[in-house]
Parts: sequence; C-alpha cells; structure tokens
Amino acid sequence: MKSNLMMTAAAGAMLATGLSTAVLAESHATELTLCWAAWDPANALVELSRDFEEQSGHSMNFEFVPWTSFADRMLNELNSGGQLCDLMIGDSQWIGGGAESGHYLQLNEFFDANGISMDDFIPATVTGYAEWPKNTPNYYALPAFGDVVGWTYRKDWFERPELQAEFSEAYGRDLGVPASLEELRDIAEFFQGRDIDGTTVYGAAIYTERGSEGITMGVTNALYNYGFQYENPEQPYDLEGFVNSDGAVAGLEFYKSLYDVGTPPGSSNWYMGENIDAYRSGQVAMQMNFAFIWPGVEADENVGGGRSGYFPNPAGPAGQFAQLGGQGISVVAYSDKQDAALEYIQWFAQPEVQAQWWELGGYSALKAVVEDPGFATSQPYAQTFLDSMAIVKDFWAEPAYADLLLAMQSRVHNYVIAGDGTAQNALDGLVRDWTEVFEDEGKL
Amino acid sequence: MKNSPIDKAAAATPDGVARRIRGLSDRTIAWIFVAPTIFLLLAVNIFPLIWTIRLSFTNFRVNRPNNDVEWVGLRNYQRILSDPDIWDTMQATAHFLIWTILLQVLIGFTLAYLINKKFKGNDMWTTIIVFPMMLSPAVVGNFWTFLYQPQIGLFNYVVAFFTGADPASFSMIGDVHLAPWAIVIADTWMWTPFVMLICLAGLRSIPDSIYEAAECDRASKWRQFWTITIPMALPFVMLAVLFRGIENFKMFDLVVQLTGGGPGNTTTLTSIDLKREAFEKWRTGYSSAYAVILFVTVFGLASIYVKALNKVKER
Repeated sequence: MKSNLMMTAAAGAMLATGLSTAVLAESHATELTLCWAAWDPANALVELSRDFEEQSGHSMNFEFVPWTSFADRMLNELNSGGQLCDLMIGDSQWIGGGAESGHYLQLNEFFDANGISMDDFIPATVTGYAEWPKNTPNYYALPAFGDVVGWTYRKDWFERPELQAEFSEAYGRDLGVPASLEELRDIAEFFQGRDIDGTTVYGAAIYTERGSEGITMGVTNALYNYGFQYENPEQPYDLEGFVNSDGAVAGLEFYKSLYDVGTPPGSSNWYMGENIDAYRSGQVAMQMNFAFIWPGVEADENVGGGRSGYFPNPAGPAGQFAQLGGQGISVVAYSDKQDAALEYIQWFAQPEVQAQWWELGGYSALKAVVEDPGFATSQPYAQTFLDSMAIVKDFWAEPAYADLLLAMQSRVHNYVIAGDGTAQNALDGLVRDWTEVFEDEGKL
Repeated sequence: MKNSPIDKAAAATPDGVARRIRGLSDRTIAWIFVAPTIFLLLAVNIFPLIWTIRLSFTNFRVNRPNNDVEWVGLRNYQRILSDPDIWDTMQATAHFLIWTILLQVLIGFTLAYLINKKFKGNDMWTTIIVFPMMLSPAVVGNFWTFLYQPQIGLFNYVVAFFTGADPASFSMIGDVHLAPWAIVIADTWMWTPFVMLICLAGLRSIPDSIYEAAECDRASKWRQFWTITIPMALPFVMLAVLFRGIENFKMFDLVVQLTGGGPGNTTTLTSIDLKREAFEKWRTGYSSAYAVILFVTVFGLASIYVKALNKVKER
C-alpha cells in the first residue's frame, strides 16, 4: 500500500513536473527573428538553427537581405528603433554605431554570467566584430562568421605544362601561387586575353563596385600592403601622411595598374557576385573574394573538385595584410524578446555548435574549432583561411563609418576606374573628406 | 410627390440630421467635402515640406537620435552650393535630362507620325513599340547591363558589326566617356514609347477637315506638316517634355542598376547623390537642404515651363 502510494505520488510528481515543464516551455516559447545578409552562409545557419529550435522550444524566423541593400535595409531598421530583428548579424563596421546609438545590447555581463570568454575566439574577430571602442573589453556581439578577402585561382590552368613553360620564359620564374602583389599582377597580365580551350580568358576578377562598399573592400588589400594606415598610431584621427603616404599612393597606383592590365573588359562595377560568376564560368584565372565563397567553389562542377586553389592576399613592400570581412551576432536593444535572443547566443557559442557551423559551411571564429589539429586539412581552403585570418585589418568602425566609406568609394573609383587625376590627388582628397567627417563628429 | 433619388434620400434622412444640415450654407457644405482632401494634402505634402525646410537649417542626423540638434543657419546650403562634386552631379543630371528628352521627343514624335498613318498591322506595331515602358526600370537596368557586357553583350556586337571594332575593346558602362551615353540610350529605349503615345494623341486630335481645307488650298505636304501638324501637336509634345523632364530629374533605379553612379561619379545623378547623403550617410539636415535646393529648381523650372505651355495652348 505504502509502495503503491509512493509510486502514485512519484507518478503524480513526474506528471506534474512534466506538465509544468511543458507549460513553461509553451509559455516561454518565443518566435525569434534573426536578420542577416542573403548569402550561402545564411542558408547554413538556417540548417544549424534547427537544433536550437528543438532544444529551446523557440522558433526561428529569418530575414535575409541581399548584400547590395543589406546595410540600407538593416541600418534603417536599427535607426528607426524597429522590432523586426531580435538578433542581428550586422557588418563589422556597424559595431561603433550599434554601440554608441544604443542599437545593440552590451553583452559583458551576459558573457561573464554564462562562462563565455572572448579569449576563446580568434583575437582579430573579437576586435573586428565585437569590441567598441576598439581594443577595449566592451563587447556588443559574439563573433559569428569569420571572413577575410583571399584569392582563388585555376590550379588546373596553372599546372598546364605549355603555360608553365611560356610563363617561365616570359617572367623568369615558375607559374604558381604569387609571393607578392607584383607577381600576382604579372600572372593576371599573363592570362589576360589568352585563349584557353577555345575561349578567351582574362587575368583576375577584382572588386570594383561603386555603389556600396565593393572597391574599398578590394583596394584596401593593396593599400595595406604598400603602407597605407588609417591614422597616426600615436594620435587618433591624425590622417595626413598616413592615409596619403607615399606607400599608400603606390598601393593605389598598383590597384589601378592591376585593373588596367589584368581584369575582364567591362568589370568596372563588380563585387562578390560578379566575381563568382566570372570565375565559375571560366572567364578568369583568379578572383579576389571573401572566403565565404570557397565552399561553393569546391562544390562547383566546373571549377571545383581540385581544379581550384586558394591563397591569402600576397605581400607588398610594407607587409602582408588582408581586408577583414565577417560579422558578429548582436542582440537588438529594441527587441522585446531579449532573453530568448540571449539564449540563442549562449547556444551558438557552444564549441560543438561551432564545430557543426564549420561543417555546414559557416566560418567559425572559435579557437577550439580552428586550432583543432584536423582543421587545416579538413577542407582544401582551411589552411588559407587560417593564414588569412592571421593578417587581417579592418576598415573604420566609427559610428560615421558610412560617411567615411562613401567618401573612399568615390575617391578610389574616380581614380582607379574613371582614371580621373592621380593617386596622390585621390588620397589627398580622401584626407580632406575624412577630416571633414571627423570634424563634424567632434573628434577633431 | 417627387420620386427622384435625391428626394428619396432627403426623405430617408433622419429629422435631427436634416434639421442640422438645413442650416448650413453651400460654402460650408463645400468645405465639409473638401476638408478631408485638404487635411491629407497638409499631412502628406505640406507638413513634410515645412519640416524638411526646418531640418535643412540644422545638423540633425536621424541615426543619432541621442545627439543634440544644433541650428546651423545657412551652413548646409553654403556647403552644398560650394561643393564641386555636387556641381558635377548637377552637370551629369543636365546631360542626362537634355539628351534623353531630345532623343525621346525626336524619335517618339517620328514614331507617332508613322503610326498615325493608316497601314496594315498598325495596332500590332503600337503594342510592340510600347512594350519597353511596361517593364520595371530595375529590370530594364539589369537587362541593359547584360546588353552592354563587352564579351557577351548584344549591343557591343551590333556596334562591332557596323564599325569592325572588337566588341571587347570598349565598355559602355565602364568608360567615363561612354557611360553617360549608356544611361541615355537605356532610358530612351524605355521611355520613347511614352512620348510616342502622347504625341499620337496629339496627332489624332487634329481634325481631318483642316488637312482637307489645306489640300483644297493646294498646300504641299511639307507645308501642311509645318503649319498644321507641328503647331497643333505642340502642346502635347510640350506636355510630354514636362512629364519626362520631371521624371528624369528624379531618375534613380535604372541608373543605379546600370552603373551604380560610376565609373567614378560620371553617372551620379542628383537623386542618387541625395539618396546617399540622406539614407547612407544619414546626414539628415544636410540632405534636407539638398532636397530643398532641388525642389526649388524643379518647381521654378516647371512653373516657367507650364506658363509657356499655357501660352502655346491659348494660341
């Protein structure tokens, strides 16, 4: 009797617990909306998030916007205090504005309370995606997607004996992965207008897009390596002699020369999509692009399966750097579902979820994933990704980043594509534009 | 007993309401009918305009709601009017406006004149010709981007066929000298049918009797064209110019899709520049001043033009 009673009580307790858990889950079940750009990694994230839905009981909605209008659409949303997005995977340049305008929640306390340490992530991604002000331990995002500009090349073309012989005769060295930007330009020039299998091909697809951020994301890969600096390292916002230094001028001249001698005709307004198309369709021997495209290249029936190789942005006279891409994930301050959004971040930060993220095609920034002994050989591009992430530099992330970016787009496009004036004029003009922006911002 | 619908409605009106209405003057009733429209106009047009003018004297930025808004007087206007880059965009806009209107009127009127002649298949040709204007400007922009591709574009191949040049040797949207013409050509392709339709309406409104009288007076076809057709169709042509002028002054989507304003700033029209200032840089005060300057320019030009149009109609 006693045992029966106890069993009944236990069953009742279990039932009650089960019911209450179900009721709790039901009452806490939230519909979260995550906003990001519409691109391949976003599809991988949808796949990954199914686990979160199962575990938490929350359901996920996704708002993906094409890159060309992503900033317009999402910054509009943030500036208007909109509640469309609970979670935002915003561009790295937005972090200053997101923090200072109160769009993003500061996550320090949450990280501390849940044992999430920024020391566990690749340092460049923490600085680039999460910190504001830079190099201070104030975090407004969790590094979500590591990305960097690198190069893809047609390994199968590079390996052709007749091309190797011709290149060797013309340039006095082997046709292979370029060790410097100068060598890269030689290779682009070598392939320019060449007939391969009955098709005219060209050297390299590089970023030249005018409207959003394209040419800036491209030209910085040359500028950094020739000596361009955003400001005086000793005195913030001191631009003269750093933005328009002799090295910076040489870097800009290099980019123009690369555009002039080694890019497909008509590629005056190309960014990620156009470069991918040109490469996949066999128009170019090399393409500059963010690393996110590499899984797609590998899977492509025309250029994948070992026909392509990858290399980090080659060095220039002043060193070897590459433009940082990628984003962090933030909780939108206007969301009324912040608890559930934080739950998502907590789930996403777990090492096993990050490992799965990499498997699905997302570039994890967690050290435990990228420093795993098997990581470098897990994909043909994994080592290049690691090497590239070690040399990154990023554009301004000031709240006024858009003013700074658009000024650079205009000045650089005017010189590189339109051929207007000299590199020195373009960079002197850029110093004037940026100085005006910082004066307006009250920083000068 | 009258049985008209008005009488029936009056009979059905409750006594209380009828008593109240009976005391209203015609003027009051007119105001009651017009008031909703006036309210909407004030809310949607006049208030935003006044608000924009007010903002144009400040340094307000909509993405910095927490910052203090300072009154900067005429500084925004001064900066805009002394900025050489803005004058470049004005010049690019003027080039685009003048050439698109000129070409569209010439080709549109010619097509209308031909279509106005009675021939077999007349309706079918009209339908084919008006097809481009039914497309979205973004689609047209995208479509012409492919046509202008040096390696695969039909446009380059057609030019190469007639000139013997290498199709890949020139880039319509990548060359500073050709890009302004690339947007003129695409816009002309799209909107000439619109001008043609308006001109066609003008040509069809000319009574046949006038031509018959001219025939009796033995006026030549050439003289009939210059003394009857052109003067009588002129108000319609001018109306088409007005519509296209206003539309092309605010041209945005087609050009953004085609060139993104490049190469450099070669095809950055004022509307594109204004959008960048207002919604990418978020310089709300500055862009308000920019918008006011553009508004005054368009409004001033349009007012002068409408007066000229009225004079032509009165002749």
